[in-house]
Amino acid sequence: MTAILAVAEQRDGALRKVSREVVFAARQLADQLGGTVDALVIGPPDVDAAAAALGTVGADRVLVAAHAAFANYSPDGYAATIAERAKTGGYAAVLIPATATGKDLAPRVAARIDAPLASDVTGLGVDGGKVSASRPVYAGKAIQRVVVDAVTAVLSLRPNSVVVGEVAKAGAIEQVPAARRQERVTVREVKASEQGKLDVAEADVVVAGGRGMKGPEHFGLIEDLVRALGNAAVGASRAVVDAGWRPHSEQVGQTGKTVSPTLYVAIGISGAIQHLAGMRTAKTIVAVNKDKDAPIFKAADYGIVGDLFEVLPRLTEAVRKAKAG
Amino acid sequence: MKIAVCLKRVPDTETRVRIAAGGVSIDEAGVKFVLNPYDEFAVEEALQRREKAGAGEVVVVTVGPEAAQETMRIALAMGADRGVLLKAESIPADSLAVAKAIATELKDGGFDLVLCGKVAADDGSQAVGPMVAELLGIPCVTAVSKLELEGASGTAHREIEGGVEVVAFALPAVLTCDKGLNTPRYPALKGIMAAKKKPLEVKPAAFGAAGLRVAALEPPPARKEGRIVGEGADAVPELIRLLREEAKVL
Repeated sequence: MTAILAVAEQRDGALRKVSREVVFAARQLADQLGGTVDALVIGPPDVDAAAAALGTVGADRVLVAAHAAFANYSPDGYAATIAERAKTGGYAAVLIPATATGKDLAPRVAARIDAPLASDVTGLGVDGGKVSASRPVYAGKAIQRVVVDAVTAVLSLRPNSVVVGEVAKAGAIEQVPAARRQERVTVREVKASEQGKLDVAEADVVVAGGRGMKGPEHFGLIEDLVRALGNAAVGASRAVVDAGWRPHSEQVGQTGKTVSPTLYVAIGISGAIQHLAGMRTAKTIVAVNKDKDAPIFKAADYGIVGDLFEVLPRLTEAVRKAKAG
Repeated sequence: MKIAVCLKRVPDTETRVRIAAGGVSIDEAGVKFVLNPYDEFAVEEALQRREKAGAGEVVVVTVGPEAAQETMRIALAMGADRGVLLKAESIPADSLAVAKAIATELKDGGFDLVLCGKVAADDGSQAVGPMVAELLGIPCVTAVSKLELEGASGTAHREIEGGVEVVAFALPAVLTCDKGLNTPRYPALKGIMAAKKKPLEVKPAAFGAAGLRVAALEPPPARKEGRIVGEGADAVPELIRLLREEAKVL
C-alpha cells in the first residue's frame, strides 16, 4: 500500500491555512497512486483539537507528535520527528508546506532520510507510476517538471497553489513519538512584525508599490487600499526596497518573494522582468501607471493609465463602497 | 576564523529565459552569468568576520562548469583567499547530490562557519545549505538577516511570515544569508588584479546517485491578453465592475 505523509504547520496551536492545502494535495496524489494519506501535526500538547479538522480535507489518519517544546519551531526536533516517521511508514512522498518553516525543514528531512527533494512545487502528478512535480524555476520564468527516481521523495508545496475541496475521510487521531534530541538550534523568541500583519507571500490580495510612489511617505495610500480590500498585504518592487522605503520582507520578484494571490494590484510599478517573474501567477493582475508603454500593462488583466495619486484614493473609496454594498 | 562560502553561478536576474532544444534546460547562448545575488551577502559576511577576527581564511566553493571560475574570481576579488571548483558540466536537479559533493569537500576542512546564500536565483530550491549541515552533522540557521557571534556561539534573526525568529546556535554551523545582513562590497581594481593570482583548485564533483530527473522545462502558461480599462480616476468605476463581474475577485 502506497502512503503519502502530509506535514501540517501550526502556529500557537492553530493550524495554518497551508496545512489544509498540503493534506488535500496529498489526498489527490494518493488517489492517483491508490494509496492513503497520513497527516502529521507537530506542536504543543493542545494541538489535537485543531488537528482533527484534517480529516475533512482527505487525511485517513492524523498523527500528532506533541511536546511542550514544540510550541515554537524546533529545527532538529521537527526534522527528527518527521524523518523517524518517514522511515517507519513506507511513504512514497513526504509533503511539507513551502513556508519559511517548511523551506528550512524540508531539506533537513530529505538529507536525514537520504531522499531527493523537489522544492516549492505548484503541482503534483504521477508519471509512469512515479511521483512527478512541477516547480517554477528562474523565479517563474520557466516551469520545471521533475520525476522522482527514488523510493521516497520529499516535496515542499508552495502556499496558495491548490484550491482545497472537501474530502471526508476518517481522520482518526493517533499520538506518535515526538523526537526530542539535544537541540543544536533553538528559537529563543518570535518577534511579530506588527499585530496581525499578513505576509505578502500568503495574502489573498497584494497591493504593491513601486518607484512611482515617489517616496516612503506615500505608502499610506497603499495601506489604505490594503485595509479596504481586507485579507491583503503590502508588496514592494526591488527599486523601492533598495531605496530603503519598504522592508525586504515585502519585496516581490526574483530576489524577493514569489506570490500567487487572487488579486495583485501594481501601483506605480513599471514591470521589470525580475518583478514580473515574482507575480505572474496571480489570478488577476491590475496595474496603475502613468506611462501607457510600461511593461506592467503587458502582464496586467486590467490597466488604468493615469496619475496614481488621483487614481489610488478613488480606487480605495470605490473598494470600500463595493465591500460595504 | 576559517570560513567556507558556497557560491553558485546563475543567469543574471534580468535574463529572458529561452528553452534549449531537448526541452529540459535553458538555452545559454547570449545569457550573462553572475554570482548568485544572495551569495554576495555570504561572501561579504565571511570577509567581515575574518577581518573582525584579525586572522583566518575564507575559502569559496562552487559546483559548476569550467566557466564558473569567472564567478569565483568575483568573490576572490572581493577578498576571499582561495577557491575550490567542484567541476560538473551540469548541476543535478537533486539538491542532495549537490550537497553531498560540497559536504565531501568541506568535511575535514576544520571550518568554523559555512555560509551560503539564502536561495539560488535559478532553481530557487533553498536546499543545499541545510542539507550540507545535516550531512556534516552541524547546526544550521537559514535566511539569516542579522547575526551576532561570540566565541563559539551565535544568535541570528530569520524572517518568518509576519515576524522574525531569534535563533541561538553553536559553532561550527551552516548559515544561509538573506538580504539585510550586510551591504556587499564592490571588488576594487587592486582586488581584481590580486584575484588573478589567488589559488583556485579544480576537481571533479562527487555527486553520487541522483533521485530526481528533469522531464521537461517549459515556458509558464501564457496569460491572456490584458486591456487598458481607461485613463485616470474616471476609469475606477469600470475597473471595479470588471473585478466584480468578470474576474470575480472583489
